[in-house]
Amino acid sequence: MKRYAPWIALAVAVLWVASNSRMPKASPEGFDLVTFAKVPLLSDGRNKPFDTVARNSLLIIRGKQTLRLDDGRTVDARRWLADVLFNAPVADSYPSFVIHNPEVLGMFGWEQNERKYFSFAELQPFLEKIDTQGGQVESVESAKRTPFQTAIYNLRNSLMLYQRLKNSLRPEDSPDFTGEIDAFLQAMPAGLEATAKQAKGENFDKEKFDAFARLAARFQTMAELSYLLPVPPDPAGAGPREEWISIGASLLQSISTGAVDPVTKTYAALGDAYHAGNPALFNQHLHDLSGWMTKNEPRATGRATYEFLFNQLEPFYQAMGLYVLAFLLVCFSWLGGNRSLGAAAFYVLLLALAVHTFGLGSRMYLQGRPPVTNLYSSAIFIGWATVIVGLILEKIFRDGVGSACAAAIGFITLIIAHHLAGSGDTLEMLQAVLDTNIWLATHVVTITIGYSAMFLAGTLAIIYVVRGVFTRSLTKEAAQSLSRMTYGVICFATLFSFVGTVLGGIWADQSWGRFWGWDPKENGALLIVLWCAIILHARWGGFIRQRGLVVMALFGNIITSFSWFGVNMLGVGLHSYGFMNKAVPWLAGFMMSQLVLMALASLPLARWRSFQAQDS
Amino acid sequence: MLHRFFDVLSSLKLTVICLSLAIVLVFVGTLAQVNFGIHEVQHRYFQSLFVWWPSASQGLKIPVFPGGHLIGGVLLVNLIAAHVRRFRWTWKKLGIQLTHLGLIIILAGGLFTDLLSVESFMRLAPGETKNYSEDSRDMELVVVDESDKELDQVTAIPEARLKQGGTIEEQSLPFRIVVRHFYQNSRLEPLDKAEPNAVPAATAGVGSRVAVREVPRATAENERDLQSVVVEIVPIPSGAAPTGPSPGTWLVSDQLGAPQTFSFAGKTWRLLMRPARYYKPYSLTLRKFTHERYVGTQIAKNFASHAVLTDPERNENRDVLIYMNNPLRYRGETFFQSGFEKDDTATILQCVYNPSFIAPYIACVVVAAGLLFQFGYHFVGFIRRRKAGHAQ
Repeated sequence: MKRYAPWIALAVAVLWVASNSRMPKASPEGFDLVTFAKVPLLSDGRNKPFDTVARNSLLIIRGKQTLRLDDGRTVDARRWLADVLFNAPVADSYPSFVIHNPEVLGMFGWEQNERKYFSFAELQPFLEKIDTQGGQVESVESAKRTPFQTAIYNLRNSLMLYQRLKNSLRPEDSPDFTGEIDAFLQAMPAGLEATAKQAKGENFDKEKFDAFARLAARFQTMAELSYLLPVPPDPAGAGPREEWISIGASLLQSISTGAVDPVTKTYAALGDAYHAGNPALFNQHLHDLSGWMTKNEPRATGRATYEFLFNQLEPFYQAMGLYVLAFLLVCFSWLGGNRSLGAAAFYVLLLALAVHTFGLGSRMYLQGRPPVTNLYSSAIFIGWATVIVGLILEKIFRDGVGSACAAAIGFITLIIAHHLAGSGDTLEMLQAVLDTNIWLATHVVTITIGYSAMFLAGTLAIIYVVRGVFTRSLTKEAAQSLSRMTYGVICFATLFSFVGTVLGGIWADQSWGRFWGWDPKENGALLIVLWCAIILHARWGGFIRQRGLVVMALFGNIITSFSWFGVNMLGVGLHSYGFMNKAVPWLAGFMMSQLVLMALASLPLARWRSFQAQDS
Repeated sequence: MLHRFFDVLSSLKLTVICLSLAIVLVFVGTLAQVNFGIHEVQHRYFQSLFVWWPSASQGLKIPVFPGGHLIGGVLLVNLIAAHVRRFRWTWKKLGIQLTHLGLIIILAGGLFTDLLSVESFMRLAPGETKNYSEDSRDMELVVVDESDKELDQVTAIPEARLKQGGTIEEQSLPFRIVVRHFYQNSRLEPLDKAEPNAVPAATAGVGSRVAVREVPRATAENERDLQSVVVEIVPIPSGAAPTGPSPGTWLVSDQLGAPQTFSFAGKTWRLLMRPARYYKPYSLTLRKFTHERYVGTQIAKNFASHAVLTDPERNENRDVLIYMNNPLRYRGETFFQSGFEKDDTATILQCVYNPSFIAPYIACVVVAAGLLFQFGYHFVGFIRRRKAGHAQ
């Protein structure tokens, strides 16, 4: 039995991953929203499928990727987006907007109770108020906003996004968009004639002019509001359009071309069918649309389909689950002194790493970038790199410590990434200064590996302290091997932090004209390098031994977290595009916990259970 | 005694102390940026021998912490001393030696950069040509002789000279300039809006209608000092033909846009304060500035300046493209795309002269090689011993 334990664990893990990876079924009403979710479009500067728009928009507006109705039914992001795009009155009744802040609720005269989600219909009477209040916040630096200001500003942005979505593919109040387009085409010749006459100051047909102008104005509004650009460039040679545009803009273009773009027409028909509750017709037009995209936009369609799959598989959530499983297996192996469970943990970790790698690789493929481009992806990457180093440690020392660290850090960094994803698209386009794959691949990757190593060393130190103070399991040999590991990992961290920091300086020299500017993020990196240097010199000079190393490695956790997150919270400097401030209490809590551990580590040895055991 | 001193200077303890001080300094200097501009922070914490308290006051100050130059300098000396003392040529130590050699290069390079580098800006509107860049902080007082229709005769007096005060005599000027008062940061106010007992800043020109108020130096990120100076134009007594009446005292300020003119010795002279200029033996002409955004967003995709470089000395006349992460390096100077103005039509190029810019590039390679060698050497040894242990 023992011999097979690792394989059984691995088989269970594989089955679990497989069962989580099933593709969704069509909606019960018969609308083929799965195919719809794969259709490519352009928004926020990049090609993506509707699936991603749906998930990210709902995440921004509601803070979650699914929606639960008051009657307990769940609406997934695809269905929610379809309703927002094509059937606004229904979407308006969904409790889509999250409001936590009591002061915001108070502004509407609502008391705070267990209800946190509100529908557009409920908020409608207060739109103007929200807009003025939220608008006032715009000029306040984000670091200096009060919780109320942040909340009202976010609510305003959510409402704005929601209304833009509602008017992206059809005017939200249109009962028959295809009819409107036909009317527009019919009114066009006479309307244009009247417009030309009016411009020349001649007599013109007021009625025809107005009919045309009214529709043109409607499409103009759509073009201005639209968040989505679903109409692809003209196929090579077929027309002058070089970029993706909105439905509204496409209709305005037909004034000069005299014809409506086929994609625009299909979207209108599709929307009308959904609006009228006709699944068969909807699916038929959707089939046309998706066929057209596959033929004329093969690259965008290929990527969109891949991204849909990636969204669906949720590799990082799956990896999280596997890390938990691996961690539990290591713990059991320690408790029972069972080697085969340790091997099981190792295999499960390998599977987790494979899934994690798949997610990371997919993001790189979709973005066409090196792995780290924002705070979110740095968390994903730190976890990934630590797991690899942890597995190498495990391979060398074979005592479960490497596995435990890998599993714990893998899980925690993915949780952090999950919470960083709340601001929407994590594959966002990069600011001009970041738009260089060479430096993203070298500086950012090395410095992030440096962070990984620091956290790994810190985690090893945590294991040392916890095992030593609270259990009898830290034997002399175990203590020695742990401190060796810590030392080795700090050496590794020194190398990567130093090289990463200097490469950052060289990048700065290339783009800003100075090697070093004492910018907060630069200083953060320097702090890590200095701290590594202090640890190494203190050890070489004999100023610290095992416990000193452990205490300093714990403080390394504080310094690294400050460098990774803390400096971004200052809200100043050239690196503030990674800005965030919601995590302040978490960061402070983490730092406090490390200080407590440092205090524990400084207890006299007589208080350490492990050393009591050895003495007696 | 000297021996003891050298012991301390080359000790590992000193290294650890300096590194610890450095970590505190960097941390405090980072937090300080929440309240003060980066320039101020650099000046106060990193490019100084001591951090002074209180920092703003003119009066008594006490040094509360070693500054960046002191810590860096001591570290450098410590590093060199330790190596002079303990240098042994062995494979085991090669990694450490390489690493520290690289650090010496980086620290020395940093010091040279602080001492030698000059940063300035070149602002260009489309079609505009300039053969100079301008300092972002330092100003100069300029006196222009307009009498020649073809060529202006310009005399520029640097800010540092104005700060010294006293009398300035230049060959090109038939008069002396006496600095009556220099204001590092000032505000001009029309007399009727100024404080009740305000007096005119000068006797002639704009200065006779406004008062100058000295204000504390600018410390915030997006603020800068507005320098003003009150000068008196004094005829040089030569015994020859009289030069006419003295033109009086004049207020010249960064806050005044238009130049002022006065007559002296039959010529018209123009007075103004402008950013200090660095002239170059070549010029740049902006053809076009482009600011691209990703479709359907406000996210900047690229900033690019399409310019023409003209260098009569070297017979060069070519098109250059300066964009993000791709500067123009020419004759020891580097031009970076820094910003834009006037509705995305005009460009701001940052111009850096830094002869030691290559130091970090070399240091990076040397230190990386050193660390790799050192840790690799030990790692391989460790694995070998472990394998041997297992084999037993």
